[in-house]
Amino acid sequence: MAPLTERMQDYLPLLITGLWRTVAVSLLALILATALGLVWAMLRTSRNVWLERPARFIVEFLRGIPILVVLFYIYFVMPEIGLDLSAFQAGVIGLALTYSCYIGETFRGGIEAVDRGQVEAAKSIGMRHGKMMRRIILPQAVRIALPPYGNNMVMLLKDSSQVSVISVAELTMQGKMLASSTFDNMTVFTMVAALYLCLTIPLNIVMRQVELKMGKSR
Amino acid sequence: MIRFENVHKSYGRHEVLKGIDAEVEKGQVVCLIGASGSGKSTLLRCVNGLEDYQAGGIFIDDRKVDAHAASIHDIRTRVAMVFQRFNLFPHMTALENVMEGPAQVLREDRKEVRARAEEHLRRVGLADKMDFYPSALSGGQQQRVAIARALAMRPEAILLDEPTSALDPEMVGEVLNVLRDLADAHMTMLIVTHEIQFAREVADRVFFLDSGRIAEQGTAEEVLSRPKSERTQEFLRRVSHLL
Repeated sequence: MAPLTERMQDYLPLLITGLWRTVAVSLLALILATALGLVWAMLRTSRNVWLERPARFIVEFLRGIPILVVLFYIYFVMPEIGLDLSAFQAGVIGLALTYSCYIGETFRGGIEAVDRGQVEAAKSIGMRHGKMMRRIILPQAVRIALPPYGNNMVMLLKDSSQVSVISVAELTMQGKMLASSTFDNMTVFTMVAALYLCLTIPLNIVMRQVELKMGKSR
Repeated sequence: MIRFENVHKSYGRHEVLKGIDAEVEKGQVVCLIGASGSGKSTLLRCVNGLEDYQAGGIFIDDRKVDAHAASIHDIRTRVAMVFQRFNLFPHMTALENVMEGPAQVLREDRKEVRARAEEHLRRVGLADKMDFYPSALSGGQQQRVAIARALAMRPEAILLDEPTSALDPEMVGEVLNVLRDLADAHMTMLIVTHEIQFAREVADRVFFLDSGRIAEQGTAEEVLSRPKSERTQEFLRRVSHLL
């Protein structure tokens, strides 16, 4: 066998390709999940039961299904009803749907944790619901929801490895293929783990900085 | 200006307001006193629709207050409120708190709003605290910002729900002084308070509430110094240690 550093140099380009795919899947899924999560949170905190109930149903429903099954469903079942998606698209959508529920619940928790007196103060100057949400409640809810949202982000990033089951060639998938062709399991998977850490550790640091900064302007 | 006609309110089977009839005239300062649970805060919160009521009517210049009607937003811009726990917006500076209503709800010119907000903050003695966030202000200062926020709406009346109850004793005075100034300027105010001495001083009228009814009303002198009802006498005896 070639020396370790040489092998690592051999593996690295493939793994880096996978890493970028992981970043792309995660980033797109995060954007979609955040937007959709905000929608769920707004619906679920609405006083209108016709908005709240269906949203609650969808969220509970999606949360009750393992992410792998969601991915299989989107990738293998959707084409049968005429919706052909690439593995990449199916992976992004599956991750986004699943995480929109977690993120939605995180936002909902933040909204509901805002002091009731804030709603009354906003109402008492004549604010309507929409403006009150935008100007008074959401800015405070974001601060409260930020730490758990950061956790959601890191978890989503790690769970993006699940899309390898529908053959998206992200980091985990690239690692598995490399390992099965070289039998150099230890080196390959150690590198894979290290590359994930290269994403998650800076992410955690950035989140902590943002939290600190937001905490200051209170 | 504010008229109560046989107002009834219950939470489930518990009736908290059992037929309130009263009137507040323009420029009057009315203090609502009574034991906790007597319904005075609830009554106040019905005036701007933070609570609804089941029967009777509250009228502001002959417009009926209905918490579930679209008109409630407009009514709230004319009847401002000051809360026991200030409820300032914590993500905005004192100045931004005061500007929020006129700028965002009344959609007035931002420059003017700012100039007026600064004027209101000066009036409550906070010229040097305009750019402070609420968390950096004392309770008394926060409540004065809240009063400035109410004034900035240029309301026809202000509702104050125990404005000094959450304050440390040494800060009560500064808030009461601001309210005295407003009373002198003939701002219509409806104040729920436990400060009997203050009520004696500034109130044109005092309503004494007892288990959901106005047991006695009249001038401050009448109700607080020569109360007719036994319940009023008893209540005043019990709170007299506060004087």
